[in-house]
Amino acid sequence: MRRFADLGPGGKSALPVLLFLLAGFVAPLIAVVWFSFMPPRTFSLAAEPSLANYAAIFESTNYISFLWSLGLAALTVILLALICYPVAYGLVRVFGRWAMLLMLLFTIPLFVSENIRLYGWVLLLIKNGVVLGTLKSLFGAEYASILFTRSAILLGMVYVYLPFMLFPLTLGISMIPDEARDAAFDLGASRWQVFREIEIPLSMPGVVIGFLLTFVLAVGAITEAKVMGGQRIIPIAQDIEIAFTYSQNWPLGAALSVLLMLVVGILVLAALWRFDLDRFLGRK
Amino acid sequence: METKASHLRHALITVWTLAVVLFLYLPTIAITLASFTASRYFQFPIAEFGLEWWRKTFNSIEIRQLLSTSVTIALCVTVIAVSLAFFGAMAFARYDWRGRSFYQKLILLPIFFPQSVLGLALLLWFNALGLQLSWMTAVFAHLVWIVPVVTLVISIQVYSFDPALEEAAFDLGATRWQVLTQVTLPVLFPGLFSGALFAFLLSWGNFPLSLYTTGSDTTVPEYLYAKMVAGYTPGVPVLGTVSTIGAAILLVGGYGLILASRRARQSVSE
Repeated sequence: MRRFADLGPGGKSALPVLLFLLAGFVAPLIAVVWFSFMPPRTFSLAAEPSLANYAAIFESTNYISFLWSLGLAALTVILLALICYPVAYGLVRVFGRWAMLLMLLFTIPLFVSENIRLYGWVLLLIKNGVVLGTLKSLFGAEYASILFTRSAILLGMVYVYLPFMLFPLTLGISMIPDEARDAAFDLGASRWQVFREIEIPLSMPGVVIGFLLTFVLAVGAITEAKVMGGQRIIPIAQDIEIAFTYSQNWPLGAALSVLLMLVVGILVLAALWRFDLDRFLGRK
Repeated sequence: METKASHLRHALITVWTLAVVLFLYLPTIAITLASFTASRYFQFPIAEFGLEWWRKTFNSIEIRQLLSTSVTIALCVTVIAVSLAFFGAMAFARYDWRGRSFYQKLILLPIFFPQSVLGLALLLWFNALGLQLSWMTAVFAHLVWIVPVVTLVISIQVYSFDPALEEAAFDLGATRWQVLTQVTLPVLFPGLFSGALFAFLLSWGNFPLSLYTTGSDTTVPEYLYAKMVAGYTPGVPVLGTVSTIGAAILLVGGYGLILASRRARQSVSE
């Protein structure tokens, strides 16, 4: 009890959340790591540890799923950066009073389950759906649907993760002080130079968070490939799900999860470790 | 300076932004249209409109059961998440303490984590503990992701909180409880309210965490997913539309309230 009194108000306030995350986040991850060393197809945590699951993964074709997930996530991030930067810039510097309303419009879809929204794309793109049906009735032309192709998966991912890029970018761009831009212009910098040497470096925290968040979420994407891709690609998260559900091989699923967590964890920790959150969130 | 070029640039940015908004809402429009079709199968242009599927959906006992499960989970998540995150946000933004920087990063980790993998990890964890899966384990699973989000949302408000207010109240002889209920909570109310809104809506719309942790209970997003994978039924667009419009109303109404109360407070202080 003495210990608790010594914590001070900050430590005391942090305690409930810390205990909760210990039980709900750290412990499950430790359980996953532990499970990945259990012999294949066991459901108990008490067996003799082995590396059999990792050996099985390196001999299998799981790496294809890994590469697809990483590749699609990277493409998603690049496309989203190009799509969102002008919008974020506009929200901070161009739209003025309308920015609030636009922000609200960008927020609403976040709260609707992603599978419902992806299903909207299915209705839009399917044969005799909104797009192709309209073309057919107007021009009598019939086109092949892009649904159930790899491009459709990419479209779905860009669509679902758009707000996760847009909001951090907006926060980042709002960190650029007007004085820095004005000074650069006064000194004769061109628009492009200001963009490259003032705006990009000063909005870097937002850019980093946006890239990281969209990449991490996109690497774990699963619904996009199922709903819009017609199983054209099996992403790594689906491999993990299959191991846990259909094939009832939890240790294998756990080992795949550990590998994915390693990729994600290294990226996140490397980028976030020295990040000053107070500056990013607390500035007025 | 080069005003003509910057006018053009601003016009381009505006057009582009509106295009992105349209892109974001296209699927919603398609779903809403589909929900008003009279026929069993979706075909565009829609031959005949009707409300039949809306009536059928709302008269179904199964659907009512789903809605009540989803609302129950979301309400429990909201109450627990806001209580935990209020203290979490004070530790995040208000107090200076030794482990703070580490704590701030730890809070972010569940957000920067693929949710499907988190769901499966929790499934494994519940199993290792011998817990029976139900809507209650789903509440716990949602919280792992939603508590950090709500902590960040409330923290943004806490950053602009002036600690001198609390000190002044203490100097005037207020007890700790009085300071909390009459100073801290009212000042932070907009942040707590936004946090509650986020918690409810994120839980309501969550699919990847629910999928592995609800056991035999089913939430609305899970049901919709099962239906859309199994084949088309017009009940899917109806529930999808309800879900979207519900979220929009809560959000717009909620922010309207915050703005109105801020305006009222400003006119009082003037």
